[in-house]
Amino acid sequence: MMTELPDFLPVLPEFLLICAALGLLMAGAFLREGKAASDVIGLWAVLFMTVSGLLVVSGSGVQITTFNGMFITDHFSVFMKILILVSVSVTLMMSLPWLQYERISRFEFPILVLFATVGMLMMVSANDLMAMYLGLELQSLSLYVIAAYHRDSSRATEAGMKYFVLGSLASGLLLFGASFVYGFTGQTGFDGLAKSFAGVDRASMGAIIGAVFIVFGLAFKLSAVPFHMWTPDVYEGAPAPVTAFFALAPKIAAMALLVRVLTGPFMAMAEQWQQIVMILAMASMILGAFAALNQTNIKRLMAYSSIGHVGYALIGLSVGNMIGVLGLLVYLAIYLVMNLGVFAIILSMRQKGRLTEGIEDLSGLAKTQPLIAASLAALMFSMAGIPPLAGFFSKLYVFIAAIESQMYVLAIVGVLTSVVSAFYYIRIIKIMYFDEPVATFDQPLSRSVALTLAASSIVVLCFFLYPPPLLMQAEEATAALFPG
Amino acid sequence: MPDIALGHYLIVGATLFTLGIFGIFLNRKNVLLILMSLELMLLAVNINMVAFSAYWHNLTGQVFTMFILTVAAAETAIGLAIVVVLFRNSGTIAVEDIHQMKG
Repeated sequence: MMTELPDFLPVLPEFLLICAALGLLMAGAFLREGKAASDVIGLWAVLFMTVSGLLVVSGSGVQITTFNGMFITDHFSVFMKILILVSVSVTLMMSLPWLQYERISRFEFPILVLFATVGMLMMVSANDLMAMYLGLELQSLSLYVIAAYHRDSSRATEAGMKYFVLGSLASGLLLFGASFVYGFTGQTGFDGLAKSFAGVDRASMGAIIGAVFIVFGLAFKLSAVPFHMWTPDVYEGAPAPVTAFFALAPKIAAMALLVRVLTGPFMAMAEQWQQIVMILAMASMILGAFAALNQTNIKRLMAYSSIGHVGYALIGLSVGNMIGVLGLLVYLAIYLVMNLGVFAIILSMRQKGRLTEGIEDLSGLAKTQPLIAASLAALMFSMAGIPPLAGFFSKLYVFIAAIESQMYVLAIVGVLTSVVSAFYYIRIIKIMYFDEPVATFDQPLSRSVALTLAASSIVVLCFFLYPPPLLMQAEEATAALFPG
Repeated sequence: MPDIALGHYLIVGATLFTLGIFGIFLNRKNVLLILMSLELMLLAVNINMVAFSAYWHNLTGQVFTMFILTVAAAETAIGLAIVVVLFRNSGTIAVEDIHQMKG
C-alpha cells in the first residue's frame, strides 16, 4: 500500500536538529580529539540551533498543519520557538567554558541539550495528545540525564533521582488525563477535541477530569505550587550550567504547551480550568515570595524566584483572554532576558579556584568588581519589578489583564507578593554594596558570559525606551491562538 | 455471570494507577520499588487506552499504547542508570537516605 509522504517543510527546524544531534553523537563517539572535542561539538550544536532558528523565522507564520494535523506551526509557535532556541543556545555558550574549567565536560552534554531542545520545539508545535506526549517525553528524558550529568557528585545524582521520580509521576498524571480525554471524546487531535467540546453546552465529567490531570502534569513541569517540590533540590544539586538551562527553556516550553492546550481544545471548559490556574498562580506567587526569604544559597534562591515568576505568568493564562495571554508572552520574554543575566553571574561565581554559591559570597562586590555589581543590581531591581526596568512592564501587563477582567484578587495578591519578594532581591543589592568584601571573584569573565551579562543588562535597562518590537511579535503570536 | 463492560476496565485501571501513586509516596524502603510503581502507573494508563479504543472501535488508543510502552521502556532504562550512579556515590538506594538537600 502506498501512502503519501507528509509535508516536511513545517518540521524542517526540528528535523535539522534531530539529524544534527544524531550526526554529532556519531562524531563524538568516533572522533576522539581529546579535551577539545566537547567544545567543538558544543559550538556545532549552537550553530545548528542558530540555523534552525533562522528556519523557524523564515517560515511565513501562517498556520500550517502537517502529519495528519498532529504538528502545527503558526505565529505562536514561531514566537515560542525563538525564545526557546535563544535561551538554549545562550546557556550552552556560557556552559562550555564552565564545564571545561570544572573538568566535567563531555561531548554528550551538548547532544543531550540538543535532544531536549527538539522535544521542546515539538511540545510547542504539538497539535495532538500523542504529539504532545512524545515531545514532552523527549524533553523530559533528556533532562533527567542532564540533571544527573555530574555523575561523581552525590548531590547532582540525588537531584537527578528526585527530578526523575517526580517528573515521571507528572508524565503519568498527564497520560492518565490524556486517556480520559480520549476515552470521553474518541479522538486525540486538538482541532477535533475543540470541535467536540464546543458542540455541547457542558463537557462530560470524564473529559473535565482528564483536562484537570493534564493541567496537573504540565504544572509539575512548570514547577507551579503545589507541584514544585523538586525545583529547589534540583536547582541546588545540579551543576550551575544545568540549573541555568532548567530555569529557562523547559519552563517556556511547558508554558507554551499549557497555553496551547487550554486555549485550544479545552477553551470550551474555560470556566473550569480558570479556577485551577488561578489557584496555581496564587499559590506559586505566595510560596515564591515567602520561601525565598531566608535562603542562603543563590541557586536555591533562584529556584524560589522562578516559582514566583511562574505564578505571575500564570495570572495571564488564568485571565484566559487575548490580553492575558499577551501579558504572559511578554512576561516570558522578559523573564528569559533577566534570568540569562543573573545566571551569567552565577556561572562566574568562583573564588580562589573554588565554586561558591552562597549569597554572602557576593559581599562587597561593588568595591571589587563595580561593573558586575552594577549589572546584577539592575537585574535584581528588574526582577523585583521596580520601574522603569523591564521587569516592571512584564508585571504591569499581566496585572492590567487581571484588572480588566475583574480578577482583582489575583492582581492584589500579585502586587503584595512582589513587595515581599522585592525584599530578598534588594537584600542581594545591599550585600553587594554595603557589606565588607570577603574575597574577589577569580579571573575575568569568559567572553560569552560577559557578552550575555552586558546584553541582558542593556535590554533590561533600555526596554522602556522602545517596547514595540516585542509587543508586536507577542500580539501576532496571541492572535494566532484566538482566531476571529 | 455479568458482562465485563468498559466500566470494569476503567475501575481496574484507576485502581492500578492509584496503587502506583501510593507506591511512590508511601514507600520508604527502596528506589527500585519507586521505578516499579511508575511502571504500574503507565500500565494502568495503557489498560484505559486499550479499553477506550475497543469501546470507540478506533485504533488511536492502541497506537497511543504502543508509544507509551516504548517511552516507558526508555524511561525505566534512564531511571535504572540514575539508580546506578546514585548507588556508586552514596552506597545505598534506600529512599530514607536521599535527603542531602532540604529546606
